[in-house]
Amino acid sequence: MEILFFLFGAIAVVAALNVILQRNPIYSAIGLIVTLCSLAGLFLTLSAQFIAAIQIIVYAGAIMVLFVFTIMLLNVRSEESKVDRQKFLRWLAVPLFLALLGEVYYVVRTVNNPPLQIPATGAAPPAEILGTVESIGREMFTSYLLPFEATSVLILMAIVGAMLLARREKEVDAAKRQAPTAEPEEETVAIGPGH
Amino acid sequence: MSVDAGFLIEALIKIIIVFHVVLIILAYTVLAERRVLAVIQNRLGPNRVGTFGLLQPFADLLKFIMKEDLIPMAVNKYLYLLAPIVTLVPAFMVMIVYPFGPTVRIPYFGQVDLYVTRLNIGLLFVFALTSLGVYGIVLAGWASNSKYSLLGGLRSSAQMVSYELSLSLSVIGAVMQSGSLDLVEIVKNQSGAWGMGWHLFWFQPIGFAVYLISAIAETNRVPFDLPEAETELVAGFHTEYSAMKFAMFFLAEYANMFTVSVIATVLFLGGWNGPFVEQLPWLGLVYFFAKVFFFLFLYIWLRATLPRFRYDQLMNFGWKFLLPVALLNIVISAAIGVLTF
Repeated sequence: MEILFFLFGAIAVVAALNVILQRNPIYSAIGLIVTLCSLAGLFLTLSAQFIAAIQIIVYAGAIMVLFVFTIMLLNVRSEESKVDRQKFLRWLAVPLFLALLGEVYYVVRTVNNPPLQIPATGAAPPAEILGTVESIGREMFTSYLLPFEATSVLILMAIVGAMLLARREKEVDAAKRQAPTAEPEEETVAIGPGH
Repeated sequence: MSVDAGFLIEALIKIIIVFHVVLIILAYTVLAERRVLAVIQNRLGPNRVGTFGLLQPFADLLKFIMKEDLIPMAVNKYLYLLAPIVTLVPAFMVMIVYPFGPTVRIPYFGQVDLYVTRLNIGLLFVFALTSLGVYGIVLAGWASNSKYSLLGGLRSSAQMVSYELSLSLSVIGAVMQSGSLDLVEIVKNQSGAWGMGWHLFWFQPIGFAVYLISAIAETNRVPFDLPEAETELVAGFHTEYSAMKFAMFFLAEYANMFTVSVIATVLFLGGWNGPFVEQLPWLGLVYFFAKVFFFLFLYIWLRATLPRFRYDQLMNFGWKFLLPVALLNIVISAAIGVLTF
């Protein structure tokens, strides 16, 4: 089991480095997909099967598809020109890196000093039922009902916002199309329900 | 968690058997498709290689292997080579959870389950892997550096993401009724004397219909084969692929057809259940494959019958009709579940 942990951990770290080191956005996206998949593997070694499956379905299977889709649609070649304009970010990077390192150190210390207990109170349930759909569902709809509902409302707001933005764009498009002198625009591909 | 060697060896043997059986079935599905299409269109079809053309799949394979393996100059080489692999591997990985049959007795060996393994997230495992299959198509379209491929890949990813929603939502009703995501458990929940325990008859006809339509769209088959509409896009995302790499896309498409047929069988038609399965467990295999072959035949039948959708029709149908119906089905199933308990 520990071999698996190190295997998935190593893949996740290498792929994550790949995400930030690649110039071509599509390679970065692929690196991110690999990272997410190996994170799912790590979840499996922690006997959180449900989270592992959802990790792949939601992040790797849906969100990253949209990322790759957008990169392909816009046909972004490589991000080189914009780096020079944001030189101040380099000076910001060092303190942020140190802060992050401090956070990691703090978390590792607190985890190491008292041995970690997954449920904060009471005895730990056996590993077989820890990460199953039943246990997560029960927890989600009893102990964590408020955060769950709040998240749902948040997502609903995001959906409504996205619809509003898409709608406004459509009206602008229609106005453009009505203008008789409008040049034929550069090639666009009609994809998805929004266009 | 300790891993014992006996389990590993048993699983390995099962994986090898299942892999080869499924490969042979896929090869003969291709042949069946060509022969059935020929019959429907009133012609003969391939019947020269072997009796009734039964050796045709092997001749095709030989041809795929012997052909020149072209890599066009303008492609992005790494992704171009990666794409067929990314499509094929998840398509075959899912077969470890297929519940082919119940536990049977093999003489001199003992009790054997006719499935490689069972996971308590079996159904989610299948959906997770099939949702990764879209990357192969997207990458193939992008890496080929050709407008037809790119358009095919874009269309395909949009279509698969859209229909994946209604596909996943349509099975929730069946899952609620069996109270488990474990495919074996779902099958056992539908055991009844003469197929009367099937989810199809017990309150899931809407779920079944939505699942079937979404599954056909998800596997890019007629009438939803927009990604490879010949008249518009040559061959869509695999325009620039030849020889064995094309064969891998082809195989992955058929493997995905097999997967959705298996899931339809397991979720709605009772899997291996049928008359006398309790007495003769091996009969379960027969029932299982009979049901799966019915769905595969349905695919071929549809291909011979229906014209292709237009792209906006496809998107409107998916988002404005199938998705609300799938959601409605969840509400109805939940209401029925509450009332009957």
